[in-house]
Amino acid sequence: MLTLQNIHWDLPDGGELIKGVDLEILPGKLTVITGPNGGGKTSLAKLIAGLYTPTEGKIFLNGEDITDKSITERAKAGIAYAFQQPVRFKGLSVKQLLQIASGTEMKEFEMCHVLEKVGLCAAEYMHRPLDTHLSGGESKRIEIATVLARNAQVMIFDEPEAGIDLWSFSSLIDTFEKLKTEKSGALLIISHQERILNIADEIVLIADGQIRAQGSRDDVMPQLNINGRGCGCPLGREVVNG
Amino acid sequence: MAKNDINETSLDMLKEITDWEGLFDGAYSIRQDGTCADMRSTETIRIVPKTDNPGIDIYISAGKKKDTVYIPACVTKSGVDDVVYNDFHVQKDADVIIVAGCGVHTTDDEGARHNGIHRFFLEPGSHVLYKEKHIGKGVGNGIRTIDPVTDIVLGENAVLEMDTQQLSGVDKTIRKTKAKLDRGAKLVIHESILTDADNVAETDFEVVMEGEDSAVDLISRSVAKGESRQAYHSHIIGNCRCTGHSECDAILVGNGKVDASPALYAGDLDAALIHEAAIGKIAGEQIIKLQTLGLTEEEAEEKIIEGFLTGVE
Repeated sequence: MLTLQNIHWDLPDGGELIKGVDLEILPGKLTVITGPNGGGKTSLAKLIAGLYTPTEGKIFLNGEDITDKSITERAKAGIAYAFQQPVRFKGLSVKQLLQIASGTEMKEFEMCHVLEKVGLCAAEYMHRPLDTHLSGGESKRIEIATVLARNAQVMIFDEPEAGIDLWSFSSLIDTFEKLKTEKSGALLIISHQERILNIADEIVLIADGQIRAQGSRDDVMPQLNINGRGCGCPLGREVVNG
Repeated sequence: MAKNDINETSLDMLKEITDWEGLFDGAYSIRQDGTCADMRSTETIRIVPKTDNPGIDIYISAGKKKDTVYIPACVTKSGVDDVVYNDFHVQKDADVIIVAGCGVHTTDDEGARHNGIHRFFLEPGSHVLYKEKHIGKGVGNGIRTIDPVTDIVLGENAVLEMDTQQLSGVDKTIRKTKAKLDRGAKLVIHESILTDADNVAETDFEVVMEGEDSAVDLISRSVAKGESRQAYHSHIIGNCRCTGHSECDAILVGNGKVDASPALYAGDLDAALIHEAAIGKIAGEQIIKLQTLGLTEEEAEEKIIEGFLTGVE
């Protein structure tokens, strides 16, 4: 479905952040990209959605080369991306944003179904402005809802857990699991959250701009050292030993 | 001038400024090119032509339900310089919607102007929702000007809500609004102004709160595109226990320029006054977000501006 071939991407100051990534995202699967901060996970997602253009390499969607396509063209081709930091709009309502996302005049019951998946009630939120009146967690859930409303072939969620309370997060996990079974498209989630890693069909570990490990949960989880202490420097060892 | 003398240009503009669909339900006065084109009073809303000046007196009394009165004005050709004096006398406990609005249409290189001088006298306990849209249309290089002047006197616990929009095509506008508030009175003004090309728009508010627990909320949203220029000036004066808020939010597109200067004067220890002003271009991340939802950059910009100016209903 989505193929990345030898993707490189340089920062504006010249440093190389993505260093030759080859990746195949399969339909009907939930792929989780994980790894340390600054390792290139979000950059990779932005390269797929067209926010960044690779300095080298190719991206294919269903066999079509989309490397040079714009953000809009990729969205229309079937790629949807939920930002890590939700964008606020002065003057747009939740309803208006969801309608833009779906590309249709969504009916209220349709809006209800989408918002329910992120733990929000349409009657309460539909007419709310997308500005500072919404909390960080509410904004984040609406951001996720925009991607759900698009019903895209490739849905990318960048750290969907960030800012979301425990109860809403549980329902979000259910939503991702349902999407896995209901949709023929691909789900790509960037996350550090163990509960998300636990529902992954495939885990991709990215560090320092390169894929360090890739495979099933059982193959990759032991390499993640989730319960490890400190960063491995001598100072950490002294604390542990002390 | 009879009703069927309302010309096509006016009819087109009426649709845009008042949602006209062939008739108005209730009282109305339609002005075209400096004269009254049609007028109707109702049991609770009496419209009387002035004898000393061009314009009307509108007497609104309390009815069984909320009434609506329409007072649109259209200038449909170049060379017209229309000045009109409209006074609204809103009687005790009346509750009314006033739909105003003005369209100025030029036909050649000569300018056209409408200058509506409105005075509002709201008696105690009355409530008015005033809705006004301005638009400029036509051909040629004639300057389309709309210069509204508004004087407001709010009696005890009276409430005036004004929703004013300058849609597009108005080359030049100077809006002057003055208000005086009695005890418990409330004034809420939502203004939105869109300018483009070399349009110039100035808006000037002066609100004096003299009665305890009076309140004013001025909210201005403006978009300055092209080479246009806008200026927002507000002066809120609180001489008693009262609350005042003035907010000017502006988006710049192209070489648009905005000058915002909200001013406050507190003449009493219990006057709580706030002002805010924010000017800047459209945030790049907003455009990118809408692009990821399938809009082009131009469509995204248009959607953001439309939402910013009209707000969430």
